[in-house]
Amino acid sequence: MERVPILKIGQTLFVSIQIDLQDESVIRLQEDLADELAASGAHGVIIDITAVEIVDSFIGRMLTTIGSISRLFDAETVLVGMRPAVAITLTELGLSLNGVRTALNAEKGLEILNGKS
Amino acid sequence: MDVVGTNERMAAFLRDNHDKVVGRWTDLVVAGVRGRTSREEVRRELEDLFALVVRVLSGADEHAAGELTAALTELSSGRARDGFSPGETAVGVFSLKEAVYELVADSADLVPEFYTLSRMVDDLGLHTFEAYSATREQIIADQAASMLELSTPVVQLWEGVIAVPLVGTLDSARTQLVMEKLLDTLVATGADHAVIDITGVPTVDTEVAQHLLKTVSAARLLGAECTISGIRPQVAQTIVSLGIEFGDIATKASLADALALALRQAGLKVVPL
Amino acid sequence: MDELPIQSGDDVVRVRQFVRNAAADNGLSLVDQTKLVTAASELARNTLVHGGGGAARVEVVKSANGRVGVKLYFTDEGPGIPDIGQALTDGWSTGTGLGLGLSGARRLVDEFELTSAPGAGTSVTVVKWSR
Repeated sequence: MERVPILKIGQTLFVSIQIDLQDESVIRLQEDLADELAASGAHGVIIDITAVEIVDSFIGRMLTTIGSISRLFDAETVLVGMRPAVAITLTELGLSLNGVRTALNAEKGLEILNGKS
Repeated sequence: MDVVGTNERMAAFLRDNHDKVVGRWTDLVVAGVRGRTSREEVRRELEDLFALVVRVLSGADEHAAGELTAALTELSSGRARDGFSPGETAVGVFSLKEAVYELVADSADLVPEFYTLSRMVDDLGLHTFEAYSATREQIIADQAASMLELSTPVVQLWEGVIAVPLVGTLDSARTQLVMEKLLDTLVATGADHAVIDITGVPTVDTEVAQHLLKTVSAARLLGAECTISGIRPQVAQTIVSLGIEFGDIATKASLADALALALRQAGLKVVPL
Repeated sequence: MDELPIQSGDDVVRVRQFVRNAAADNGLSLVDQTKLVTAASELARNTLVHGGGGAARVEVVKSANGRVGVKLYFTDEGPGIPDIGQALTDGWSTGTGLGLGLSGARRLVDEFELTSAPGAGTSVTVVKWSR
């Protein structure tokens, strides 16, 4: 099973999803992030989905769950790099991804976390 | 009726009377052409068709039928390009019957042969009509797609601010295109504010509102904030009476107002020189 | 027609990739490919999680006016869906999201057919046409 690496840079956790995630890996990522947030006291999470071609309801729910978990640890989550085709499909699916902020790329995501936006 | 035998006899008859038939056929077609094509060219086309018809009737090879259909399709498009109506082309094909009839009119023993030829020529004429129709359908479809593309521009108003001026009805097809172009432009320009101007959208009902909301949702997933501008007084009244809620999406009367809002949100101010 | 087993999470990933290739090879636009693969992901997962495993079939089809499309079949011999109407209603969920999967998938495709009955398994057929 593929495990998605979590990078800690300063007060921010970075996750870059590069592959077609299998359900188990998705759940594993959720758990790993919760562990890392608790251990590091990070203030923000950036999830980069630039390379992700499909976001279905399962992955969508994982993303909103991560947003909720982060808030419990007083951290904010920003989802960056969503592809246009994925955004259009999610809108059609009716998935709102409430509780997760979004940005065009990691740089803008960081601006949001650092309170510039 | 022995169809194969009948056809073969007609094929033989046509071969034996080749010059007379093609000559007469050419005369008839040229009369209808009214100078738009030269006689020599008509004769050449008809010679080719004639040869194919004979091959099909004589049942010699199985490729003949396919070649004949292809030749007719080409004749049809060629004529259409030269400004002929499909009826004119079809009548030209039908006149083969007349050319042959003039020769068999006096001999009672070629009646079944003429009949099967007649049926065949009818099908050929119909085919030219259908080929013409199919070409027109394709042209219309291409133009519709073209119009949709042209009437959905996405422009950059300022650094970080793009605008989508919508003109015409906002149906699902256009909404798909708007979403694609808007999102692609967001990625290309790195903009974080989009203004969707609906001045040119004649009616805003619940369906149109849903399309707008979908477009805004999609843009937000890419981190862009949206403003809807160009809400005319009557449209405002319709929206309220229909109970449509735009929620937390900012709405403005004009594109200018929306631009001012976007600049303000970007922390910019316009000052005199 | 190709048949793919759905017995594990890896199978679901394989189905996604297979459908993606079929959609790309048959002229579907990028957005339409994404929609079809997302729908396939929802339906494959349903087959695995609620149907106890099953199979997917992918077929390339042609419409009367010559358009090419990709047709997907998902079948399982699971417990079936007791109330189809409710399952297709937006937001309805057995707790693990069956409702969102089905109604969402339906919105992403051009044709959607569902047959199911308690104890008789479930079969879902969808088609996405190229433009």
